[in-house]
Amino acid sequence: MKYVDEFRNPNAVHTLSREIHRITRHPWTIMEVCGGQTHSIVRYGLDRLLPGDITLIHGPGCPVCVTPIELIDAACQLAMLPDVIFCSFGDMLRVPGSHEDLLRVKAQGGDIRIIYSPLDAVEIAQSNPQRQVICFAVGFETTAPAQAMAVLQARRLHLANFYTLVAHVLVPPAMEAILSSPDNRVQGFLAAGHVCTIMGYEMYEPICRRYQVPIVVTGFEPVDILEGVQLVVTQLEEGRYDVGNQYARSVHRTGNLEARRVVEDVFEPVSRNWRGIGKIPLSGLQLRQSFAEFDALQKFADRIQLRSTASSLDSECQSGQILQGLMKPSACSAFGTRCTPDHPLGAPMVSSEGACAAYYRYRHHEVAPG
Amino acid sequence: MCLAIPGQIQRIEHDDLRTGTVSFAGVTKEVCLALVPEASIGDYVIVHVGFAISKVDEQAAMESLAMIAQLVVDPANERPLP
Repeated sequence: MKYVDEFRNPNAVHTLSREIHRITRHPWTIMEVCGGQTHSIVRYGLDRLLPGDITLIHGPGCPVCVTPIELIDAACQLAMLPDVIFCSFGDMLRVPGSHEDLLRVKAQGGDIRIIYSPLDAVEIAQSNPQRQVICFAVGFETTAPAQAMAVLQARRLHLANFYTLVAHVLVPPAMEAILSSPDNRVQGFLAAGHVCTIMGYEMYEPICRRYQVPIVVTGFEPVDILEGVQLVVTQLEEGRYDVGNQYARSVHRTGNLEARRVVEDVFEPVSRNWRGIGKIPLSGLQLRQSFAEFDALQKFADRIQLRSTASSLDSECQSGQILQGLMKPSACSAFGTRCTPDHPLGAPMVSSEGACAAYYRYRHHEVAPG
Repeated sequence: MCLAIPGQIQRIEHDDLRTGTVSFAGVTKEVCLALVPEASIGDYVIVHVGFAISKVDEQAAMESLAMIAQLVVDPANERPLP
């Protein structure tokens, strides 16, 4: 496949690995932000091609993993309502809420449809005018334009039965939360290539200056990731901290202006609770007042019970430590034993991009039993 | 979640939403092209949840690969691994 195969070329991977060995003089800790990048790193063993001095730690970039329990609970209650068709990406179905997950709700008769695109939910609303159709709007900046377009399309079609349960989260506030934590170990970032495809990277420039960390926008294939590491290490060794762009074939400094305009029209920033991490100021999106008629939480407020956000930490799951890069998945005592993709204790074991699921899939055999 | 893959635009339709057929190494899919007004037939686009989110910049891709190829022929890089 063009623009994929070239960036998986073993010779290029080998060359970049050798180059990183050549330039590395000091120990450095680098965080890849996006769960898609984590998946590539673990799948291809890219961390093993790096010098021992370089530690890659896995960031919070999995929207499935950080969606707060109270929104999963709300989703489960909404999906049980008899007049509702609840539409969701497949990843969300096995994410544990406080009592159940969407898959169990579906087994109990909830009408839950797995969609590929938010526009599918609009079509379902169009062809089921007697039902209330709710789209679970989960994702980072990458996915927000698609959800915004679905809302705009529903308005264009005058649909009175289309709603969204908005759980969108934003990457830069989470990176700042990590950098400002007293436990922070991150010295450089691989920024998420598809988030930046939408948003560009100008907003990272003040973060680089304030925290004196290099941030390199990076793609998802093995060559992309190693080149991103090479560019971060080069800056670290030279004492620089600028924004770099490894993923220039998709990312421009100002991003996709049309997509940004659509998101800006429909959504506004709001503080959001991140599962396992806690509240991060202005780190989520909600519908603007002018689109409040599409807000599922407002429409169905009297038919569901929203839990308080204070008690939303999982009991045994260490996802907060994992998502902030403070702990590797295989260091968790429940990993691979009490917590597996079939019986997850927390979200990072559920999502295909969750760090725990990636380790379970590709590194399970390395974890000593017991 | 942010998974997005490149495909080539084969056909464009202008209904109320700009859509088109995109081929992913032979597998075709209807995709919304409203967010990439600059993309035309034959262009590669990066597709996420049914939406093209960028037009692939071929020159940038070539430059990226050329830069890596350059590392191989640079004799300064032939030092043994530490």
